Amino acid sequence: MDFLSIILDILLSAAFWTAVLRIATPYVLGTLGELVCERAGVLNLGIEGIMTLGAMAGWMAVYQGADLWTGVLVAAACGALLGLLHAALTVPLGLSQHVTGIGVTLLGTSLSYFVYRLVLPQASTPPTIVPFQPLDLPGAFAQTPLTYLALALVGVVAYALYRTPVGLAVRMVGEHPAAAEAQGLNVTAIRIGAVMAGSALMGLAGAFLTLSAFNAFFFNMVNGRGWICIALVVFASWRPGKALLGALLFALFDALQLRLQQASGGVLPYQLFLMMPYLLSILALVLVARRASYPRALMIPYRKGER
Amino acid sequence: MRLEPRTDTPLALRLLAPIGAVVAALALCALLVAWTGAPVLRAYGLLFEGAVGSRFALTETLTRATPLILTGLAAAVAFRAKLWNIGAEGQLYMGALAAVVVGGGMLDLPGWALVPLVMIAGMAAGGVTLLGPAVLKVRFGVDEVVTTLLLNFVVLLLVSMLLEGALKDPMGMGWPQSAPVAEAAELPKLVARTRLHAGLAIALGLSVLLWLVDTRTIWGYENRAVGANPRAAAFAGMPVNRIMLRTALLSGGLAGLAGAAEICGLKGYLTLDLSPGFGYSGIVVAMLAQLHPIGVVGAALFIAGIFVGADAMSRAMPVPNYIADVLVATSLLCMLVAGLLARYRLRRG
Repeated sequence: MDFLSIILDILLSAAFWTAVLRIATPYVLGTLGELVCERAGVLNLGIEGIMTLGAMAGWMAVYQGADLWTGVLVAAACGALLGLLHAALTVPLGLSQHVTGIGVTLLGTSLSYFVYRLVLPQASTPPTIVPFQPLDLPGAFAQTPLTYLALALVGVVAYALYRTPVGLAVRMVGEHPAAAEAQGLNVTAIRIGAVMAGSALMGLAGAFLTLSAFNAFFFNMVNGRGWICIALVVFASWRPGKALLGALLFALFDALQLRLQQASGGVLPYQLFLMMPYLLSILALVLVARRASYPRALMIPYRKGER
Repeated sequence: MRLEPRTDTPLALRLLAPIGAVVAALALCALLVAWTGAPVLRAYGLLFEGAVGSRFALTETLTRATPLILTGLAAAVAFRAKLWNIGAEGQLYMGALAAVVVGGGMLDLPGWALVPLVMIAGMAAGGVTLLGPAVLKVRFGVDEVVTTLLLNFVVLLLVSMLLEGALKDPMGMGWPQSAPVAEAAELPKLVARTRLHAGLAIALGLSVLLWLVDTRTIWGYENRAVGANPRAAAFAGMPVNRIMLRTALLSGGLAGLAGAAEICGLKGYLTLDLSPGFGYSGIVVAMLAQLHPIGVVGAALFIAGIFVGADAMSRAMPVPNYIADVLVATSLLCMLVAGLLARYRLRRG
């Protein structure tokens, strides 16, 4: 009973739900980004590195004197640029999406660390900026603008995918590129565009970490969030609404483990609680794997005239 | 202009591809070095000198290459069978964990018995770690890329937990580190007064052995067949799932051995910074080697040289040593393109 009452206390506090929305934000943005790429038939394992570069570049722009929204734009642009690299190698050249993605992650991460160290060679305590402040709204609605942007983008991506010709084209090149080609669509261009747009969203996810959630850039700060987003896309069966749901559910468990960690008072090692998000993602993958309906052309490069 | 697949890639082209890729990567990263304001040629000169310019530098590079050969082989055998093992980092730590547990003094054995036992324990721990995702893949169709990646984080947290708990060294001044392994469990040094240890001999031996297995045995043939076309292999009567699991044990075992060899040959005890990303660099090593077991040795020496040389260079110049990581990542991407150019012919029209 004691345990249940602790859980109930946690669930009834407004601060808990504020934390859930805050924790969910980078997952919402990252999952949306990966979803857009995969809907066009391209697995983007560069997500971890793209988020790192977004986090570093957005923060660095603000640290150098740009305003916060410019920082957000810089992060998105850097994300799109790495997305272009990934797309250039995997779409027209048809290289392995797995290995190219890992390469993009290694490049994004190392480039971020290199630039950070170059600009701030001797920073023992990371320098800080003034991040986005929560809006003056009651209870759990007191979130920073980027959280609201993320929620709005769920609607935008869902509308674009299902209600616009562009979205139809994106879904089509991910399901049956030859049919799309027969309709006069340029498969290569649409795939590259989708990967760039999705990667820009990943850049935003990274920027949220340094411009909203924290006020500095740390090494290893993305900490596997990108990989979790890839699991969330499968869990959401490639649907934006379900992606939001999945990210919120995941954030709920993550916030819960943080509170339980505090409530347990060090009886259990804190690492056990920190493992939960990763194990939970693996469990979610196992649960949905059997009935996952992958985009039919996911990871299959398309070359005109080749079958 | 279009790409036309070659029916057969000549050996010269296969050797030229990684060299071309590395030259391209060095050229691209020269732009970054120039951006820092450092003289590019002098920077690369210092890097080269720091990697192979002295007896000390050379043994350091060989020491660094030892775990990279093993993680490179781990990636190569897995990728050969299209098992995307991105979890070598976690498997390496599991191997190291097994090494400090088995070699930590609970067994009072002479060196000739203890060392092989510790190495086998490390391999077993790494292999079992990859077996989980491999079983999930063949039984439930769960993508192993994501599960192996996520397990890396779980393993690091597990190691951190044990280093602050059950395995914490009581003499460690409060640092999260394990007690050192018994003296009998230590790998002998190859060259006196250097850090170079017998792990290198093990790694070299294994790459030759794997090459023989790959080219001369049914095992190797089956692995390659499953990687090339699992459906065709199944039609030919090969037990595809069992081959997959076998490959997983081998790949994870090689990564686990890398961890055990680092503990018994170099570090002596386990800390959370045992590996500066050897598992991830192993992927680059395997790709540069075009998944060839002997090629892995050359690629590992190159990557090790970059890391050791960049450390020396960044001490003398205001170029952050992360340039090594950028170089490694760029080499991987250039290698992918070079590999494509080697496999295809550019045709007009």
